[in-house]
Amino acid sequence: MCSSTSPSEPTLSPLQRQLMHITQHGLPLTEHPYQTLAEQLAVTEAEVLSALQQMQDSGVIRRIALVPNHYAIGYRFNGMSVWQIKPDQLQQAGQRLAASGWVSHCYQRPTHGTEWPYNLFAMVHGTSRAQVDELLQQIKTLLGDSCLSHDVLFSSAILKKTGLRLTATNQ
Amino acid sequence: MATDQQLLLADPLNRQLINRLQHGLPLCHAPYQALAEELGTSSSDILQRISQFLDSGLASRFGPMFQIERAGGAFTLVATHADEDDFDRVVSIINARHEVAHNYRRDHRLNIWFVLACERPQDVPQVLQELELATGCRMLNFPKEQEFHVQLYLPV
Repeated sequence: MCSSTSPSEPTLSPLQRQLMHITQHGLPLTEHPYQTLAEQLAVTEAEVLSALQQMQDSGVIRRIALVPNHYAIGYRFNGMSVWQIKPDQLQQAGQRLAASGWVSHCYQRPTHGTEWPYNLFAMVHGTSRAQVDELLQQIKTLLGDSCLSHDVLFSSAILKKTGLRLTATNQ
Repeated sequence: MATDQQLLLADPLNRQLINRLQHGLPLCHAPYQALAEELGTSSSDILQRISQFLDSGLASRFGPMFQIERAGGAFTLVATHADEDDFDRVVSIINARHEVAHNYRRDHRLNIWFVLACERPQDVPQVLQELELATGCRMLNFPKEQEFHVQLYLPV
């Protein structure tokens, strides 16, 4: 299948593992955050920068960034759109949707019999329901005959949002 | 609290900062310096604003965004159904697990959708089994089979 299902598993160095643990709650809010991390771990800033750079290059870290609360910044309509795509057209459908710029995440996921026939998942965000409905209509047109059925599941509450939490025992 | 958030969002510099910081912070000695010059402010002002975003709940997190599967771990999406009168109990059992990174209520018969982040792929079936036992709800596992696109950017 694709590369994401069989990732080369780069083993993290002890320093990288420590960095993952002490930054999972967030980056220290200082003018020189990597120096602060270096001081906490009793290594040099250059070592921290090189370890983080390597993690970023290998994709262990996507980026160091702000994660806004969708609702709080005005995106009150967050829909998980799900599409039942003919299996032989899934690849093309996924690539088209990814290139459209209309969705933030787009994944192939397994179906669960008749209870869940949808194999393509794409997240859509909008400041109004009408905006999201319009996006969905555009996606439907884009997917055309390859799509047999679809649905959209709006989130009505954030029940938890902490991000990654590793156990202390594996530190 | 909503008022705090609205006041913060009313400031154009805060909106610029929220947009720029979603794209990523550079890896260098003074990562805020270039941004501060561009926005006509100081690093310390930027830091103070980030801290306000976090305190007010405008942002849920600021830091490295990890892809645990690239480090030998596993993420998976899980869905379940809980009856309305049992909803809070089921959610509290699910949320108590540290492996649950986020959890959303969705308008569907499958009304609970959460993401598990496990340090080892073999932990996923174990956690799901324990959750089924503790909640009495069937857990539907939706592991990622292929990633076509990930780029969350919500401009304000």
